[in-house]
Amino acid sequence: MSSRRRLGLIVNPVAGLGGRVALKGSDGAETLRRARELGAVPEAPRRASEALRPLLALRNTVELLAAPGEMGADEAAAAGLEATPVGAITPGQTTADDTRRIARALAEREVDLLLFAGGDGTARDVYDAVGTGPVVLGIPAGVKIHSGVYATSPRAAGDLAARYLAGRVPRTHEAEVMDLDEDAFRAGRVSARLYGYLRVPDDRQAVQHVKAGGAAGETASLAAIAADVVESMEPDCLYLIGPGTTTRPIAARLGIDKTLLGVDVIQDGRLIARDATEAELLSLTEGRRAKIVVTPIGGQGYIFGRGNQQLSPRVIERVGRNNLIVVATLAKLATLPGQRLLVDSGDERVDALLRGYLPVVTGYRQRAVCRVC
Amino acid sequence: MPEAPPFVHPYIPNSVPETRAAMLREIGVGDVEELFRDIPAKLRFHGRLDLPPPILDEAGLRRHAEEIVRKNVSCQERLSFRGAGCYQHYVPAVCDEIARRAEFLGAYSGYTYSDKGKYQATFEYQSMLGELIGMDAVTVPTFDGGTASGSAVRIACRLTGRAEVLVPATMSPQRLAIMRDYCNVGISLTPVGFHPDSGEMDLDDLRAKLSERTAAVYFENPSYLGLIESQGAQISELAHAAGAQSVVYVDPSSLGVLAPPADYGADIVCGDGQPLGIHMLFGGGQFGFIGTRDEERYVMELPTLLFSIAPTTTKGEFGFGWSSMERTSYDLRGESHDFTGTTQGLWGIVAGVYLALMGPQGMRELGETILQRVHYAMKRIGEIPGVRCPALAATPFKEFVANFDGTDKSVAQINRGLLERGIFGGHDLTAEFPALGRSALFCVTEVHTKADIDRLAEALREVVA
Amino acid sequence: MIEAESKITLRRFHAARWNEPIILELGSPGQRGIHVPPVEPELAAEVGPVAVPESMRRRQPPALPELAQHQVLRHYLRLTQETHSLDLALAIGEGTCTLKYNPRVNEEIARLPQVADLHPLQDEATVQGMLEVLYRLARYLCEISGMDEFSFQPGGGAHGVYTNASIIRAYHASRGQLGQRDEIITTVFSHPCDGGCPATAGFKVITLMPEETGYPSVEALKAVLSERTAGLMITNPEDTGLYNPHVGEFTRLVHEAGGLCAYDQANGNPLLGIARARDAGFDLCQFNLHKTFGTPHSSIGQSCGAVGATSALAPFLPVPVVVERNGRYAFDYDRPQSIGKVRQFYGNPQTALKAYLWIRALGAEGLRLVAQTAALNNSYLVKKISEIPGVALYYGEGKVRLDQARYSWEPLTRETGVGTQDIERRMVDYGVENYFPSHVPWLVPEPFTLEPAESNSKHDLDTFVEVLRRVAEEARTDPELVKTAPHQSTIGPIDEAAVNDPHRWAFTWRAYKAKGLDYASSE
Repeated sequence: MSSRRRLGLIVNPVAGLGGRVALKGSDGAETLRRARELGAVPEAPRRASEALRPLLALRNTVELLAAPGEMGADEAAAAGLEATPVGAITPGQTTADDTRRIARALAEREVDLLLFAGGDGTARDVYDAVGTGPVVLGIPAGVKIHSGVYATSPRAAGDLAARYLAGRVPRTHEAEVMDLDEDAFRAGRVSARLYGYLRVPDDRQAVQHVKAGGAAGETASLAAIAADVVESMEPDCLYLIGPGTTTRPIAARLGIDKTLLGVDVIQDGRLIARDATEAELLSLTEGRRAKIVVTPIGGQGYIFGRGNQQLSPRVIERVGRNNLIVVATLAKLATLPGQRLLVDSGDERVDALLRGYLPVVTGYRQRAVCRVC
Repeated sequence: MPEAPPFVHPYIPNSVPETRAAMLREIGVGDVEELFRDIPAKLRFHGRLDLPPPILDEAGLRRHAEEIVRKNVSCQERLSFRGAGCYQHYVPAVCDEIARRAEFLGAYSGYTYSDKGKYQATFEYQSMLGELIGMDAVTVPTFDGGTASGSAVRIACRLTGRAEVLVPATMSPQRLAIMRDYCNVGISLTPVGFHPDSGEMDLDDLRAKLSERTAAVYFENPSYLGLIESQGAQISELAHAAGAQSVVYVDPSSLGVLAPPADYGADIVCGDGQPLGIHMLFGGGQFGFIGTRDEERYVMELPTLLFSIAPTTTKGEFGFGWSSMERTSYDLRGESHDFTGTTQGLWGIVAGVYLALMGPQGMRELGETILQRVHYAMKRIGEIPGVRCPALAATPFKEFVANFDGTDKSVAQINRGLLERGIFGGHDLTAEFPALGRSALFCVTEVHTKADIDRLAEALREVVA
Repeated sequence: MIEAESKITLRRFHAARWNEPIILELGSPGQRGIHVPPVEPELAAEVGPVAVPESMRRRQPPALPELAQHQVLRHYLRLTQETHSLDLALAIGEGTCTLKYNPRVNEEIARLPQVADLHPLQDEATVQGMLEVLYRLARYLCEISGMDEFSFQPGGGAHGVYTNASIIRAYHASRGQLGQRDEIITTVFSHPCDGGCPATAGFKVITLMPEETGYPSVEALKAVLSERTAGLMITNPEDTGLYNPHVGEFTRLVHEAGGLCAYDQANGNPLLGIARARDAGFDLCQFNLHKTFGTPHSSIGQSCGAVGATSALAPFLPVPVVVERNGRYAFDYDRPQSIGKVRQFYGNPQTALKAYLWIRALGAEGLRLVAQTAALNNSYLVKKISEIPGVALYYGEGKVRLDQARYSWEPLTRETGVGTQDIERRMVDYGVENYFPSHVPWLVPEPFTLEPAESNSKHDLDTFVEVLRRVAEEARTDPELVKTAPHQSTIGPIDEAAVNDPHRWAFTWRAYKAKGLDYASSE
């Protein structure tokens, strides 16, 4: 091993506070206060320490930079690790601002990996601060985890972090940061918004089968998918291109810088609309030929209903099932439970129309066939 | 009552009835037949395979085997001058010993921890071949030289984005057939003519046929007709000037005396390693190789497994790993541009043993002694009335063409006559190259003594008279 | 009754560790390993030294090592000591590879000059023995598969699959339909070459995903059949060991759509005498002689992908095909529809000979016994492996896994953080070959695929299970030991990132030195 690696650590001490007392999420000062009244005890610090334990074996080769006190340094100490504090906080009154500020500071210190413990909210804060620059990884400590940037457990986070820092996970990929509508969620409805992307270590496949270089290991597959879709684009036809890391290269191949999170519309190689709303999409597709290009968002495999609600049931129905182009790498499909695609358009009738089997573009002149549920 | 096994067989330890019964009990199954219950009845084979009864005793099997193979007459029992892609060279005893080692015979996909020796032996072969051809990236063995050349020209097509390959009109017909099938994906193969006197490539014809559609100029050195292509540098230059790749097919046994293709502009080198310490095996000793510069854009186009040396956690200790699998059909699957699989791994190892035994001096001496013997053979055969030998003027390496138009015999008749005298004559070129008339390709290597060559000349003289 | 071999005690194994340098670092200038036959003085006098054209003269000798003979032998023997292979170490873990005993009598026969020193272009009259073997083996494989003709020209399984893809291409071309029919359908649990080879042959590939059953559904297939369908290329059982019972429906539907069906029988071991390719509706099939038919795997080589065809497709097979006329055997080249050649000469005839002898040693009953025992060994193994805490088995609940099974360490990994590749490295410390995890992409998390075949004894199986049980235990009690394995092997863990980094990989010693790498130096 060459030089010492640098690990950054931020813990959101109030993440998960609402969970045990049956409050969904713990954002908002009011919800926090209620949680504490109900005797809620912070979960995040314990989980963060649990995640740090696998890193003890690397203590001599890894330098740990942590947010101070209850936002990191304490958890490190509890795990038996020495940490250099970065930034300043007011103990007992930490906020999302602290998370953002300290994440930026750690990124500036060029940490090789930024570990953060929290929930979707914490992931959003980290994204706001550092975007897809540094490599990060989430330690799950909150109630609701819909973002793909988290490991499946604190232990898994620590193991993956240790392997990554030891140079045994040379590939990273961009994972979605999701944002649930809090009020809707508490009222029993799931309504997810795609918030952004963070770069996380990619541990999904065999170590011998990854390409070194740090950059997205799936570049070749994504380029092949883009080549296939662009080659088969028909003239005089609208293409409604949904959000996702797999759809972006399609636009890029046409020289178009697609919005990260929205639905862009392209025709004959030109950008027609950026980040279109449902209304705009309905207006544009009135009486015109159109196709929809989507990719599964998040780890569950939703092609409609998570992060691309602008592609509403009415839009889907007008475009028609036969004009759906689903794109995803074979490696991505392998990670979806049962390799199934899920739909939750908001209209059960449209969902029923979509069910069955759909071909998925997985490369140049390459398709996989997946069940839609 | 579960069906009893028909016999206890030495290859099947669990054919002992008691063991079987114990295992069935342990898995809670009454009869092995139940294990096939998920195969629908209409897909089951219910009869008895119509095969000869088993020869259960090894002595009997051996007797049967020897009876059949004794119907073959080998090149140890006859004097053979046949080449055309498969060559009789001396196989050192150390090569035979390593080739029969159980460890190498039985190794497969064990990784670098349990089978490190296999990887090291293969890496050493790659290294030694790299020295011969002048290239830093060498593949594990492919199926044979023909498939290696097919893969090589497809690499050139991918690199240049073009779909036409120029090949020599003297190309091995077998390799051409392989390349045709391999390139039957919209890649066209265009032959470039040769000078009727020398047999070397006609550069005017090459110039005429090069265009912005040319992905590669492929040539063989020595050519299929045995001739050393002296214009290698000019061919590569012309290819490069047209934006094409220079792909050269070589005989590694010649590279102790011939320049490595990298020296005359080759971008991709391919060939067949059978001459390097591997028995002819009726064509089963062939193995291919592809070599390129160690540049990412070339390496990422190589279709085979690639074994790289690797550091371990202990300083000074090394192992080997499977590199960049995302290049290969294992990872690419339906996205593949080419494919790979189990090929001829053992022969790569044996070729390495051969090259280590021969060393640089041995390879040079091999080349020199072959050149002398070939010249002697051409002289002796050329003295025979009616025989024009050499039929082509360029310098041959270990094969040469003799023309029999001045006699009244066909090559088939001549070879029958030679066979009666215990000799396998030259390979009949009459059908493969009608422009060469009634000609045969003779192969002479270091195994042919002066007496052998004299005997051939004597026999030929009698047969054509 | 003698209760032999019932107790399983694991060895205190340590591999040979020679730290043997790369051979190009050994020896000394001037040493000779062998001398080349010198020309006779009379011959030399008559022709003199013969020069090659100046432009082609080698100026610098190749930097090959210079060692004396014993030193060469010693070096390679040490490398054999560092190679375990299935003959020394239990190789029950190499799923999809069908490792089994390679009868040594067959090796002896293949070394005879009447096999080893035959030139492929000798007059047919002088190789009647070889031709007879090729002819008879073809008839046996026809009987086993239900096909009408065989070729042994492909040099391996993937090569056989490629040959079938080329035949499918030629067939549709002969009917003027190749332009329209450009899609081959395969499954994700078939071997990757079932997608890679048709892709190489120019086809577009459609990959079916498995249901909970472990294999794709008929509905999934129907969803992709069309007038563009050229054919189906699949394995069955797939790498999960589960047999797709709807395979007859699959082939029927593909035929209805106008396509051809090619059966990759890499996993054909449990089907010998049990089920035939033809009966399942296939037009083409491929057997790995070096797997199912007991010929040696030879350090990844000397293989043979025997391809079988129905009489309708036999004309497309590569040339030549061996025919019999009045008791004499000959090569038939008069096959105008042939795809030509996929390899020089006839493939690996020595491998065909060994397969022929293997079949002769077993006969019809023996082949059935092979299939039954392979299935029995596998079911036995499935039971014992499933009993190891931390193992999960995906798909096909309640179904039989015929020849192999793809297990998962997922529960163990969740609990301990130790993954399949850690266990793969640690198991070799017990003197067994590492297992094969899975082809990519990994649908089963933390996978390992085991295939016992029929030549492993019950004791071998029990021993192998005990090794994995012990390592799983270590994962709980001492995870770091497993994660940093191996410890008693030839070398310690390698840096995988190095071999995937263009700046740090090296496939030859000259490249290693050109890059200034220092893996082999202790300073």
